[in-house]
Amino acid sequence: MSALTTVFRKELRESLRDRRAVLNTLIIGPLLGPLLFLVMIRVIISEQIQTSERPLPVAVQGGQYAPNLIAALTSAGADISTAPADPARAVRNEEVDLALVIPKQYAEDWQAGQPATVFVYYDSSRKEAGSRIGRLKGMLEAYSRQTGSMRLMVRGVAPMVASPLLMADRDQATPSSKGAMLFAMLPYMLILTSFIGGMFLAIDATAGERERQSLEPLFATPVRRESILAGKVLATATFAGTSVVMSLIAFLIVGRFMPTQDLGMAIDLGSRFLLLVLPVMVPLVLFVSALQTFVAAFAKTFREAQTQLGLLQIVPVVPVLIVTVMPFKTALWMYAIPLVGQQLVITRALRGDAVGFLPEFLVAGTTLLVAAVAYWAARRAYTSERLAISG
Amino acid sequence: MIDVRHLCKSYGDLVAVRDVSFLARDGEITGLLGPNGAGKTTTLRMLYTLLTPDAGEVLVDGINAHEDPLGARRQLGVLPDARGLYRRLTARENIEYYAELHGIEAGAARARIDHLIERLGMQNIAERRCEGFSQGERVKTAIARALIHAPNNIVLDEPTNGLDVLATRALRDFLRDLRAEGRCVLLSTHVMQEVAALCDRVIVIAHGEVVANGTPDELRAQTGEAALEDAFMRLIGGQGVAA
Repeated sequence: MSALTTVFRKELRESLRDRRAVLNTLIIGPLLGPLLFLVMIRVIISEQIQTSERPLPVAVQGGQYAPNLIAALTSAGADISTAPADPARAVRNEEVDLALVIPKQYAEDWQAGQPATVFVYYDSSRKEAGSRIGRLKGMLEAYSRQTGSMRLMVRGVAPMVASPLLMADRDQATPSSKGAMLFAMLPYMLILTSFIGGMFLAIDATAGERERQSLEPLFATPVRRESILAGKVLATATFAGTSVVMSLIAFLIVGRFMPTQDLGMAIDLGSRFLLLVLPVMVPLVLFVSALQTFVAAFAKTFREAQTQLGLLQIVPVVPVLIVTVMPFKTALWMYAIPLVGQQLVITRALRGDAVGFLPEFLVAGTTLLVAAVAYWAARRAYTSERLAISG
Repeated sequence: MIDVRHLCKSYGDLVAVRDVSFLARDGEITGLLGPNGAGKTTTLRMLYTLLTPDAGEVLVDGINAHEDPLGARRQLGVLPDARGLYRRLTARENIEYYAELHGIEAGAARARIDHLIERLGMQNIAERRCEGFSQGERVKTAIARALIHAPNNIVLDEPTNGLDVLATRALRDFLRDLRAEGRCVLLSTHVMQEVAALCDRVIVIAHGEVVANGTPDELRAQTGEAALEDAFMRLIGGQGVAA
């Protein structure tokens, strides 16, 4: 058996015996994201469904002056109740969400064909006020429009005359792209998993080994340091890769329980998604493992390495910001930037958009290239004199 | 046999080893004696190729350590100053790891490990995880893994550091056994009693230079001091010695 496989097997064996590390990197880490996601999406969806279908409570004062209006509101889904004596204060004190005050004048103006005023009391600083006031105003406007049209017809005028402009909504968000907006965090979580998955092993196998003073005797064996490094990086990549795969599986399972159709979304979390994402994630895992081993090689203690690799974890946030916040139009060259490329491919795959062979190839190729650079740097650090000296 | 010729090593401006030469013969225990910071550990580290010397060379059984580091390390069993074990592995697994790194076939390795466990009196700790081992148990395990390939040359950096009297005695007996087998044993120490009790030949190092080389008796004769400790103090130019 070669020294590389010996080191590889020993690192895996030792790490697997650390129950806390296994739990954190192979179970909690990869599963936390998808589960959090499921809960988040469920809450959002149930909230949206509730707010649009639930009766809208409206406290009314002076309802007797406008029985037709009240009837129209009721049939549109308002739950009419009698308002307290001081509706303004009741809204301020959060006794009611919405209050509609119909003054005595209303009936007179209505009969006279004058604009009749109603007062709507609400508190726009409250969380749900926006959607509620919107619904009430919609109901009032609909009633107003309907009555207006009828009055015009009575006077022999076509109601169209009063509507010179007709606005028709054409939302270009496809069902899938709406979903992807909600899922904007998924690529980040996958990429982050590749950082978290191997972190413990990368630290333990280099800085940890140095701190525990077991690196010097290891280097005194007739084994090339390159073989030792390769075994360690491979073990790190195995942990990180397992972590990513676990996370992917969890997302696929979560995808099945996601009531996305209720929101008119389609999210592609199937075998096609896997086929597109795995070829860009494998090089990333290699890159991150080599990079983490390189960084950990400069730390003297486990704790020091933990701090440095913790900072390194901020790196994948950058492409998320670039891709989601900046209004860039996706260009081919962006796929050539590691991390950004992964973010783009995963996002597109998730939306159900096509990902060409060239972008896929670019992402995998450039990531492999930087992985090679990181590995070369780690190799230099490993063969330097100062690494071996623990004291 | 370990042949060290004119080794030099500096860290920046600090000269750790100035010009060190000596010969550690087979069937002898050679002691590298010197105060802390004299350059003992640096010398040993160059010997087992952890550090590259600025000048000079090391021959291990005739193999140039600088030209063929793997070949030289194959002839060496090393107990460095750093003797950390893998805490989540048992003592036996720790030794097995080194057996695999040396490319020893599994069956032969098992026999060799059993032999070492018996000789070092490790039967009660062999299957235990190294977490929580006493200093003595750690040193035993570290020695067993260093000797897994039955090397002809054994290098130990302050082997009895932190050991109690009982463990120290056991270790000395073990080193004498290795000598009796005709192996070359080289150890560093700053403890006089160690040299007196164990070594056939002493190389005294101070400020990165060899200041004396001979048997304990020769050193006493050379300095005119009856006690080895006084001879040592005189050799290294310690402050306790009158001019």
